Amino acid sequence: MEFLSFAFVWRALIAGALIAIVTAVLGLFLVLKRLSLIGDSLSHVALSGVALGLLTNTSPIFVAIPVVMASSLGIFKITKHTKVYTDSALGIVSATGIAAGLIIAALAGGFNIDLFSFLFGSILTVSWAELVLAAVLTLLSLAIIYVFYNDLIAIVFDENFATTAGVNTERINTILVLISAAVVVIALRVVGIMLVSAMLIVPPVAALQLAVNFKRALILACVFSIIGVVSGIYLSFAFNLPSGASIIIVDLFILVICALIKKYAFKKRKLTASN
Amino acid sequence: MNLIEVKNLAFAYNSSPVLEDITFAVKPGDFIGLLGHNGSGKTTLIQLILGILKTKEGKIKIMGQKIEKFNQWSKIGYLQQKSAPPSLMPLTAFEVVRLGRVSTKGLPRIFNKIDNKKTQEVMAKTNCLEYKNKLFYELSGGQQQRVLLARAIINNPALIILDEPSTALDASSRGSFFDLISNLNKKDGATILLITHDMAEIGKYINKFFILDKKIIFYGDKQTFCKSPEVANHFGPYTQHIMDHLHTTGPCPFGGHSWE
Repeated sequence: MEFLSFAFVWRALIAGALIAIVTAVLGLFLVLKRLSLIGDSLSHVALSGVALGLLTNTSPIFVAIPVVMASSLGIFKITKHTKVYTDSALGIVSATGIAAGLIIAALAGGFNIDLFSFLFGSILTVSWAELVLAAVLTLLSLAIIYVFYNDLIAIVFDENFATTAGVNTERINTILVLISAAVVVIALRVVGIMLVSAMLIVPPVAALQLAVNFKRALILACVFSIIGVVSGIYLSFAFNLPSGASIIIVDLFILVICALIKKYAFKKRKLTASN
Repeated sequence: MNLIEVKNLAFAYNSSPVLEDITFAVKPGDFIGLLGHNGSGKTTLIQLILGILKTKEGKIKIMGQKIEKFNQWSKIGYLQQKSAPPSLMPLTAFEVVRLGRVSTKGLPRIFNKIDNKKTQEVMAKTNCLEYKNKLFYELSGGQQQRVLLARAIINNPALIILDEPSTALDASSRGSFFDLISNLNKKDGATILLITHDMAEIGKYINKFFILDKKIIFYGDKQTFCKSPEVANHFGPYTQHIMDHLHTTGPCPFGGHSWE
């Protein structure tokens, strides 16, 4: 347990666990609403924000947050007010983000170590300021999700029903995409731009394999996500592997196990019940 | 006070008109059968009344409030034509029914013991308690329909709108389903607006017909319906066939036929 004796490891574990919880909770709603790829698009937009931050010598995370939030609203408006499917809108915003990011990076003198750390994640280098920002944004996002918890479930289950149950669907959808933007940016430090969408998708999908109700799905998604982050950080430290990739590989391993449990154990239980 | 008031309503998808010059009112206690062929605008009309689609031309008032400002959603129960929730949505039947209580909650919208008790009661009333802990997506079409009906009526709504509710039900379930709806109308005083193609089954339950084909062809009580030249014109050679299949009472002027 030598690795727990370092302050930077504790910072990484605390920040990683907080981000694991918020990505799992938010990811479950996004996966069920078939908006899984919003994380992918917004992370590509974050590239522009990060590059802009590096170009202007400002904190990349603080620049990325407003840029990604504005883009998330853009996706929402494009799909609502024009004849463009959601996946097309995500593709357009994603491509715009990468193109702008590459141009800004070129203006800044090309890719440097800082930009690479955002591309592939570097949870072990999280600063105290970033830890505080992650904690604030995580708690704020979770508080908002708690307040509108059943509105979100109603919208994901059936948007027409939600309207007739008095849910302000436009407001809730706006809140959902804004929280997604904030969460994507804070998760960049954990797994990087290239893998942030996996953190939003894989633990919730694993949880859905075993869930018998919504609360169970939420709890399982959080547990799997935390296991992924903690194990990934340990593997990264112990074997000198990239932290982001290690986290996602553990998440994928959990998903495979859950899928196998669903296939064999649940099937056996159903057969026993029917006999 | 009228429960629903619609004035000069028109609606088009892009440039294709779906509804033209619709004006009518629904009174408390009515049980209305809304009929019309595919594409006649029935579901569009319902979605406009409920604010799911936004009106561009005309006015809609629900319980005296403009639909844009309407906020008494717990007084309305809605069972839509087809509900296709995400196939992996891990909600039990109980959780789906309890969602109907959202309209009664302030912020934060978190359910309590009263909501659970109401859910239990309405599931007993609609005979779906036995599968309350099963996942909604694992239920049969008929079981899902009962669960969604329970969700629609959980708040004892004054107005219940049902869009082709019997399509997923087998013959025996349809009878008990309509008996339950009829009881909500007669005993609880709920006003019912029912879209259906199933004229044969609704005749004995409803007190008003609403025939729609982009415009209102007919809106009135059953006896007037039988005498309406507009109805005869609209249905043409099928009029007698339709009348033969309506289980209603009193003499019918078409072809000297008598109702049972």
